[in-house]
Amino acid sequence: MSLTGFLTVSAILFSLGMFCILSRRNAIAVLLGIELILNASGLNFAAFNFYNGQGAMDGQIFTLFIIVLAAVEATVAFAIVLAVFQTRRNIQLDSMTDLKG
Amino acid sequence: MSIEDLIYYLFIALTVVPAFITVMTQSLVRAAFSLLLTLVGVAGLYVLLGADFLAIAQLLIYVGGILVLVLFAIMFTRRIEDIGYRQWGARRATAAIVLGVLFALSFLPVIAHEWTQIPGERQPTVARIGELFLSDYLLPFEIISILLLAALAGAVMIVRKETKE
Repeated sequence: MSLTGFLTVSAILFSLGMFCILSRRNAIAVLLGIELILNASGLNFAAFNFYNGQGAMDGQIFTLFIIVLAAVEATVAFAIVLAVFQTRRNIQLDSMTDLKG
Repeated sequence: MSIEDLIYYLFIALTVVPAFITVMTQSLVRAAFSLLLTLVGVAGLYVLLGADFLAIAQLLIYVGGILVLVLFAIMFTRRIEDIGYRQWGARRATAAIVLGVLFALSFLPVIAHEWTQIPGERQPTVARIGELFLSDYLLPFEIISILLLAALAGAVMIVRKETKE
């Protein structure tokens, strides 16, 4: 149990989240990748907060804000996905090229 | 290897393995449920880091809120034709390898750095976090409540169908 262990886990989660964002066609799958990335960053903050050794809580408060912001962003993102589905009846990102060119 | 190390490795496995499944699987429902396992694993890691309130908040908000929202969204946007997509072509595999090498190169200096690690002691954090929210972090606290209200109203407004008067 060490700081580098937690940093490695956070780096792996971030990489997996980034790969999920870049390689999935479904909009909801992209949002799952975004949640992975936010979790990785929150884990980073909490790990640095624990291994600070001064009893400070700032890292944990920041992680709480990250969690709340992830909830906010997920709400708005899924509202947008649902609205797009209402008109287009599909959420495959390949077909959303209206703003292209 | 002490019990604490064993639990640490268990939670790491619970976090990383379902994350792989989330990325690799073709089924969206399976991806959502394995993300649930990842979030529970991260909550366990928060407990190991002495952040007990954070772990419970993670379980309540992420698993109980966001993931339920994800499952609802999946339910509402299901279509039959979400299959038949060739998942692992050569292009995607090379993208994965390039990304892996890039990230390894960018994360290795951070991980190999000699961080000064002084493990703190694990104490109950709820009272201290409450004090901080009402003293040092009062402004972000109020702003985030306004942000939550705005997101709530905005999300409802985005999804609402226009009724012709």
